[in-house]
Amino acid sequence: MASLKQLSSKKELLTGGHRLCAGCGASIIVRQVLLAADTPVVIAASTGCLEVATTIFPYTAWRCSFIHCAFENAASTLSGVETAYRALKKKGETDQDMRFIAFSGDGGTYDIGIQALSGACERGHRMLYVCYDNQAYMNTGIQRSSATPLGAATTTSPAGKVLPGKTQNRKDLTEIIAAHHIPYVAQASPSRWNDLVSKAQRALQAEGPSFMNVLSPCPRGWRHPPNESIKIAQLAVDTCIWPLYEVAEDKWRLTYRPKQKPPVEEWLKTQGRFAHLFKGNNQQVIEQLQAEVDRRWEELLEKTS
Amino acid sequence: MGNLISMEGNQAAAEAMRQINPDAMAAYPITPQTEVVQTFAQFVADGRVDTEFVTVESEHSAMSACVAAAASGTRVMTATSANGMALMWEILYIAASTRLPIVMALVNRALSANINIHCDHSDSMGARDTGWIQLFCENGQEAYDSLIQAVRIAEHPQVRLPVMVCYDGFIISHAVECLELLKDNEVQKFIGEFKSVNSLLDISHPYTFGPLDLYDFYFEHKRQQIEAYGPAKQTVIEVGKQFGSLSGREYGLFEAYHLQDARLAIVLMGSAAGTAKEAVDRLRANGLPIGVLKLRAFRPFPSEELTQLLSRFEAVAVLDRAVSFGAAAGPLFTEISSALFASNHRPLLLNYIYGLGGRDIDIEDIQEVGKKLQKTAESGKVEQPFDYIGVRK
Repeated sequence: MASLKQLSSKKELLTGGHRLCAGCGASIIVRQVLLAADTPVVIAASTGCLEVATTIFPYTAWRCSFIHCAFENAASTLSGVETAYRALKKKGETDQDMRFIAFSGDGGTYDIGIQALSGACERGHRMLYVCYDNQAYMNTGIQRSSATPLGAATTTSPAGKVLPGKTQNRKDLTEIIAAHHIPYVAQASPSRWNDLVSKAQRALQAEGPSFMNVLSPCPRGWRHPPNESIKIAQLAVDTCIWPLYEVAEDKWRLTYRPKQKPPVEEWLKTQGRFAHLFKGNNQQVIEQLQAEVDRRWEELLEKTS
Repeated sequence: MGNLISMEGNQAAAEAMRQINPDAMAAYPITPQTEVVQTFAQFVADGRVDTEFVTVESEHSAMSACVAAAASGTRVMTATSANGMALMWEILYIAASTRLPIVMALVNRALSANINIHCDHSDSMGARDTGWIQLFCENGQEAYDSLIQAVRIAEHPQVRLPVMVCYDGFIISHAVECLELLKDNEVQKFIGEFKSVNSLLDISHPYTFGPLDLYDFYFEHKRQQIEAYGPAKQTVIEVGKQFGSLSGREYGLFEAYHLQDARLAIVLMGSAAGTAKEAVDRLRANGLPIGVLKLRAFRPFPSEELTQLLSRFEAVAVLDRAVSFGAAAGPLFTEISSALFASNHRPLLLNYIYGLGGRDIDIEDIQEVGKKLQKTAESGKVEQPFDYIGVRK
């Protein structure tokens, strides 16, 4: 692992001047992942905040080659790039060592794009797929996704007189991808940059598909001040809402163990999307969420022990 | 004389793909295209092609992978049918609008519901506005020949558009016919080396594909795309001529069969053109001045050429193997009548819908159309502008 000083002197492939919001997790995640790359890369992104904010014609914020095709197909699009690379290598038209990285939000990954991702994992393309999980469809205006946690208010799971925000638990996508038994799967947070960059390095070294699910705070959707994004991401890690672990060659390993495990309430109260849970009879939703987080954390401890 | 061999249409298409030897192919099996993918997979397994074959989990991913592989500077092919192409629909537009020279075999099949695996042209017609060049074939020979030509058309520097080669499910795909194949080196020489343009893998020139393109530029990009179909039309003609010099089988935008001395004409596409030619032969034997216009290029649509050709006719019947629900007529009729409207002399026009879901159309059916054309021409008025062939009430 390179030092922060070394990393900071590396040429960044995502330039400034793009139009992502202040405090957006996505650009921080992209920059951390790309710092791990030691070869030229080609990026594929699905339709979403990152794509629309970095490629407004006639400008591009990408210093490397980049392709956006559609919403649900970042994985199959990148499969095509990686396939072309193998074809050209076979013909002797390139001997350049390259890596292929997809960036997609939770909408493009957990929901509409899960089929393409699953197919690409099974076929074994050598590529890294990074989900920047901001826990809802933020680009279209904060609609719920299968990554949205229980109780969160979104524009399609609003808190109302009878419903306390989203009534379902979130899908555990990292474990779903781990079940594909690909060489490398990890969950990371931009608040632990060294952990994230190391994971990206291991993912890029893997001789096959690799996947990283990274929590991506969204000040607009989560309703918190932009300067608190990283703090809130770390609180998600510490409360075990978002545990940091990796599955390398089917070996499960916890990469960070919180010293204390504060109650989920500590994380919930940092964000406006959960404000309604602290009113009326919604305390039980917090209890349900705590029980679910505890249960999944215990399961993870068992898998990683 | 080349290599004469009997094979099914799908095998002929797969054989063309083997000889083209694309860098990449991403495809998903669907009836009646399945045999193309299976045969090609065997070529890969036997080391008879150099192609990287991507066995995707859906047609949506097939076209997505094709788009990306084409944007990465490789020659790319795929094949599908009906619902498979409907699933690709979103990405068909992206392939054409990104100006990527992908070649696809489309084995024409009816769209659901209800599910039906047999031929009609509703899949092609659903994709007519996507920006793909669409070439229709009468038989396996034309499917084979057109796939080879499609590579040249798609990759022409002034065209750079994807091409779908459409041939009728089962009627062509599963029928054994005697075909003449070119030699492998002749095909390679004809298609030439693939010339990469703006490749994602060219690391010294990074490109951004698929940017956000708003009201300040999108319209200009569409205009550029619209203007590519002029050169595309010329390229279909030129490549068809060059293919004629190589094989003795020349192609163009359409085929005129006995039109020169005819006053009545039947316009149609696909395998039924063969049936229509036989019907016309019989009608002509009885003295009817009738011919067939077999349209090959539905996109780019040869509006001016057809206007010039058809305006002097007394009566023309357009046979559609697809419908545009809620429209006054079938999609081919709409195009033909719209083209003819520009002319001061217009034939009387009849429209027939036939063959949906694989319903047979036979020689006698088309002879009936010929007789109706004659009656229309004699009376000087259209009694029934829209009718069906071979359907119960």
